[in-house]
Amino acid sequence: MRLLNRSAGRLSRHRRGPLAGLLVLLLGLILTGTVYAAFSPASATKAGKSDEELIQQGRELFLVGCAFCHGQNGEGVKSSKGQYGPSLVGVGAAAVDFQVGTGRMPMQQPGQQALAKKKVYTDEEIQALAAYVASLGPGPAIPDESEYSLEGLSEEEQREAITKGGQLFLTNCTACHNFDGSGGAMPNGKFAPSLKGVEKRHIFEAMLTGPQQMPVFSNDVLHPEDKAAIIAYLKSTEDTPEYGGFGMGGLGPVSEGMFAWLVGIGSLVGFAFWIASHTVRSKKKTAPTEGTEA
Amino acid sequence: MSSENLTSSVADTNAGEPAAAKKGNPAGKVANWADERLGLATLAKKNLRKVFPDHWSFMLGEIALWSFVVLLLTGVFLSLWFKPSMAEVEYMGSYDQLRGVPMSEAYASTLDISFDVRGGLLMRQMHHWSAMLFIAAMLVHMMRVFLTGAFRKPRELNWVIGGLLILLGILEGFAGYSLPDDLLSGTGLRIADGLVKATPVLGTYMSFFMFGGEFPGDDIIPRLYIVHVLLIPGLLLALIGAHMLLLVFHKHTQWPGPGRTEKNVVGYPMLPVYAAKAGGFFFIVFGVTALMGGLLSINPVWKYGPYDPSKVTAGSQPDWYMGIAEGLLRIMPGIETHLWGHTLSWNVFIPGQLMPIVLLMIVLSWPFLEAWVTGDKREHHLLQRPRNAPTRTAFLAAMMSIYGLLWAAGGNDILAVIFHLNLNHITYFMRVAVFVVPVLVFILTRRWCISLQRSDEARLLHGYETGIIMRSPEGGYTERHLPVSEASAYTLTARQRDQVYDAGADADANGVSRDGSRIARIRARLSRGMFENNVQKPTAAEIEDAHHHADEVHELEHAMEGHSADGHQFDGRHPVDGEELRNH
Repeated sequence: MRLLNRSAGRLSRHRRGPLAGLLVLLLGLILTGTVYAAFSPASATKAGKSDEELIQQGRELFLVGCAFCHGQNGEGVKSSKGQYGPSLVGVGAAAVDFQVGTGRMPMQQPGQQALAKKKVYTDEEIQALAAYVASLGPGPAIPDESEYSLEGLSEEEQREAITKGGQLFLTNCTACHNFDGSGGAMPNGKFAPSLKGVEKRHIFEAMLTGPQQMPVFSNDVLHPEDKAAIIAYLKSTEDTPEYGGFGMGGLGPVSEGMFAWLVGIGSLVGFAFWIASHTVRSKKKTAPTEGTEA
Repeated sequence: MSSENLTSSVADTNAGEPAAAKKGNPAGKVANWADERLGLATLAKKNLRKVFPDHWSFMLGEIALWSFVVLLLTGVFLSLWFKPSMAEVEYMGSYDQLRGVPMSEAYASTLDISFDVRGGLLMRQMHHWSAMLFIAAMLVHMMRVFLTGAFRKPRELNWVIGGLLILLGILEGFAGYSLPDDLLSGTGLRIADGLVKATPVLGTYMSFFMFGGEFPGDDIIPRLYIVHVLLIPGLLLALIGAHMLLLVFHKHTQWPGPGRTEKNVVGYPMLPVYAAKAGGFFFIVFGVTALMGGLLSINPVWKYGPYDPSKVTAGSQPDWYMGIAEGLLRIMPGIETHLWGHTLSWNVFIPGQLMPIVLLMIVLSWPFLEAWVTGDKREHHLLQRPRNAPTRTAFLAAMMSIYGLLWAAGGNDILAVIFHLNLNHITYFMRVAVFVVPVLVFILTRRWCISLQRSDEARLLHGYETGIIMRSPEGGYTERHLPVSEASAYTLTARQRDQVYDAGADADANGVSRDGSRIARIRARLSRGMFENNVQKPTAAEIEDAHHHADEVHELEHAMEGHSADGHQFDGRHPVDGEELRNH
């Protein structure tokens, strides 16, 4: 007690010292900071979460949801029949964002191809998973919005980019995805999915990482601005009205032929039936005349 | 001289005033004016009253005819703006996504028709839809003619003309499909190029001749244009004219029935009834085509982009009428032979050249084949019900199943995407199915027809089912059958009995084989196969016998009249007005 008193007395001797005010201010700030940190909501800490924490969170999620097929360290699992889940070393954050963000991963069931479905993880969880997978080896990162949008270009430049994107689309994409982006078949039950209503970021990532059957169009092969042009073209076709009327699925002549038969011939034969079933209507009762043909 | 004197062409009297209508009908005046110069009245008198029989299936050919008229009308409109040139231009029209892209003039003018010519897109779409309907209607019409035996003597040549019309229609459609020079047309032409090149030895020469050099060259669009707007339409018009002249000359066939014979036609006259019906039908066909052209997008060329041999799109299919050729190509295994540095592409030659020719030959030769087997040299103006020619009906059903399967095989990628199927599995399935399914369909349809013949026979011999259930004194239940009306009995029996051809003995009494006995045996075999199992109509004696039997039963029951069980008064043989159930 005396010791405390003595030291307090020694401290109090400095209470009017030139540095005292500064020191108290500093102590106060530290205290409030600590208390705030202890009681503030969890999300507020996220923003400041370090990469290591994110990776750690991603790893935990990975062990629960992905490791069964992709291995505990993302090294891939080989089944007796060949690959079970491929190695994720070097696929990059973009691949995770595409596969998990479109609901393709985690896969519902093994099959020829992972199907897009409602996504299972929240955006933060996908970020964490992406950070973890990205930490396994260098790979393409999640693109920034400036990479896949035409923002910042003049109207004329945007229009030119869309035209160019259309030509690039016809050259590189339609062989599998169809001229209208409505998708097409691939051998052995695989298929190129429809591109209608797909988010710009996901289209960009798909080109960048080449998911499933798709070839990789790396940024060296197809420059980011070309990718952005293709995306802009696709979005512009979604915005343009169907000039010709109902598009019947945008599948080409097969559905057109079906409509020609079902709607066209179907209704015309129906009309023929209708005409033939209506006999002559006249005031006089006319019996069918028998024409003895000369 | 008064002007009235001039109205009579020849003066037959020197009297003052010739007889003239009090008030001249202006239409009559015009008609008279024309008749005096053209002499059409004699021709018209006969033909305006020409009688046509009334049945919905007789109007199927009309759909094709009116579609052709729509094609001519819309085609003329399109030809005013279309530029059949493969010269390269830079597109500067209204469609944003292609502005500034280099393309052929043909494609650019198609885009202009679609976006910058008022009503152009509607006309383009109507033209395309009516082309699809034209060929579809011709096929449906052909099926009707085939199923009812309307191709028999004297109409075999008209059948052949019809077959040629379908062939020309398909070629015309393909030429039109290739004209816009978009990615899809170019891909179609590439396949046509492949088909031509698959001709052994001559293939490459023919291809270079066709395209004026290596594919695609810059000659093919102008050449196809002349074929599309001049050559084939001219042939089509001529053949349609011949087809209809023969129709008038032969008179229309009719369904058998009371009062209808091989020597008359029962129906309504051309004017006013058929002129109204057929004219009205034209407007309906035009209206349906216009609705489809206005509401349903067909061949959106702007989405395909200009043709470039290095590009292709998923869902590249021909229009439906080429679907079977596409299907044959898609399911054919890749067989090739290499001989002295030459490749014989059986995988393209067989499905692309051989099979279509074989198919066409079968179609064109059927009337002659059938006439040879039956040996029937008589004229036939009364139609047959499909069930009364079971083998023929089954043959058509089998052909339809092949057609449908090949058509589906031609769209295998679309099926795979829509129904989540494996593309390879569809192809393997089709390779087997095109051989198995038609056989099954043939057997099934044939037996089905024969069963229907049996049911007709039962109606004739035992009467129709009245729906009246009678309880016998023993407690058994029977359904009352009553004889069909005379008219329907006549209609059911208005057909000829099939005669199975018998080749006779192979060798005569001295053991010398007869000339042509092998061919006769083939004919006998076919004849047995076609007619042996058919149910022939009962003879008059058989019907008499059956009715007699029914009357006997009735006689037996008659004894119970008055004291039969309650309800027997409703057995369908007596008028039941005022009848009541006895109350006891």
